[in-house]
Amino acid sequence: MHPVAENIQQVFPEAFQRAVEWRGDLTIHVQREHLHAVCRYLHDNSDMDYDYIVHVSSVDWPDQPERFEVVYEVYSIRRRARIRVKARVPEDDCVVDSMTDIWKGADFMEREVYDMMGIRFRHHPNLVRILMPDDYPEGFPLRKDFPLRGKGWRDTFPFIGEKTT
Amino acid sequence: MAYLLEDQRTTVYKVDPAHPESPSLPTLRTEEMMLNMGPQHPSTHGVLKVVLALEGERIVKAIPVLGFLHRGVEKLAEDGTYHQFIPHTDRLDYICAMYNNFAYCRAVEKLMDMTIPPRAEYLRTIVAEVQRIIGHLFWLGTQALDIGAMTVFFYTFRDREILLDFFDELCGARLTTSWYRIGGVERDLTPDLVEKLRRFVEYFPPKIDEYVAFLETNRIWLARTKGVAVISAEDAINFGLSGPTLRGSGIDYDLRKVEAYAAYGECEWAVPVGANGDTYDRYWVRIEEMRQSRNMIQQLLEKIPDGPVMASVPSVTLPPKEKVFNDLASMIQQFKLFSQGFQAPKGEIYCGTEAAKGELGFYIVSNGEGKPYRLKIRAPSFIHMGAFDYMARGYMIADIVTIFGTYDIVMGECDR
Repeated sequence: MHPVAENIQQVFPEAFQRAVEWRGDLTIHVQREHLHAVCRYLHDNSDMDYDYIVHVSSVDWPDQPERFEVVYEVYSIRRRARIRVKARVPEDDCVVDSMTDIWKGADFMEREVYDMMGIRFRHHPNLVRILMPDDYPEGFPLRKDFPLRGKGWRDTFPFIGEKTT
Repeated sequence: MAYLLEDQRTTVYKVDPAHPESPSLPTLRTEEMMLNMGPQHPSTHGVLKVVLALEGERIVKAIPVLGFLHRGVEKLAEDGTYHQFIPHTDRLDYICAMYNNFAYCRAVEKLMDMTIPPRAEYLRTIVAEVQRIIGHLFWLGTQALDIGAMTVFFYTFRDREILLDFFDELCGARLTTSWYRIGGVERDLTPDLVEKLRRFVEYFPPKIDEYVAFLETNRIWLARTKGVAVISAEDAINFGLSGPTLRGSGIDYDLRKVEAYAAYGECEWAVPVGANGDTYDRYWVRIEEMRQSRNMIQQLLEKIPDGPVMASVPSVTLPPKEKVFNDLASMIQQFKLFSQGFQAPKGEIYCGTEAAKGELGFYIVSNGEGKPYRLKIRAPSFIHMGAFDYMARGYMIADIVTIFGTYDIVMGECDR
């Protein structure tokens, strides 16, 4: 196993689930209750030093018991190392702790995940829609059960009228 | 004077009402004003609205309202094959379409674990650096125009036009290029195009000196860029800024150097790094990057090896266009790739590429089918907007256009 993954496993034995290395990318899966603590450790510990947030993302697996996957990808500028941390979130309680207190850049990225996938972030300072309109009524467009053409809200716009078929 | 308080960030003095020597001022009613800027302000580089909370002319809060150009590109990606997504990437950062193609193709190649022929790698690097020069010329012209220096705009656009004509001859389009392919590039440079690039390489350095002479002898340019939109190195990292915006704060982080992908390891070049993290340093970094890009193009044109411009992996790469209608096997290959796509292995990758604006990354999750299961675009413009409020606070309302411009923001990429 990768030394960073081994280190995480030793420090957080209850949180660590598994580590995957594929195509040179290191991914570790953790319990979502401990996601914030693991990220805090990755950022603050001087051996880890993951100070740069690359992206926050989410994946929808509708057929699996814990439906959503939240992905944080972070980078260490000093060590030139990248790591991906993932946690599973069930549909009926899709909440994880926000990382905005660790990486300020997570603010907009988490808002986008909320907007697109409907995953909420606890203690986020301003968790509102960012790319979709504030009054968007159709739910969360990047979920797999959302049709590509939308759910018909667009056809009700008066300026589109009868032209759409 | 002792009763004046200095505002650290902007060196503007305010009267301290608690100080005994303060002159008595008439009490005026003050209130915070909300101002909507946009969504169609001509200098916002796209359709962006900013809600400003103002105290007089000073910005208390600047809230960017995004999404006016949201087209659901990530959702569309899940509906098409890997090849079909390439034209969509043109429309992300439409100023630097080549770079988006490059970043996407690199990500898919990492997913497929492919090797690219050396000539294709060189061509990719040369064209990417041409695109970087175009992007920086565009930025320099519009940023100077926003601040009020109109002349530079005409000069940079004159030179940008030469390179856009080059693209036009290369792939038939000036902006939406789609020239990169998974596994290589669409076609080779003709000798005529190589000659054109050689002439440009000779022509360009005095022109950079010309822009610099225009701007750095201009007191207004200096006054409006030095000390404006300052961000420290720690904050820049913490916000996830990238590209010239990060390097202007003194962080030596450039993926072209760190990963040395394509042919970046084959030529001599340096990463320009600023010191103060203000708009002027970011401007300086971009000017130096144009010089470096020009040097890279010159070196790579000398060293470029012969060979194919496309990897030959029939299950993944497209057949040459001229064979598609004349050769049965190639036609079947083309048909299969566009109707079903190729089966990517199960797994997920992230691949970042240093685009003109910053780190453009693609995070692709594949479940073994012919389409991406999930495709996430790490757009530098979007992440830079996250730091906008932090960087704008305390400055004057007139600085807002400078602060937008300093990120080199393009809304097509920001909203996706």
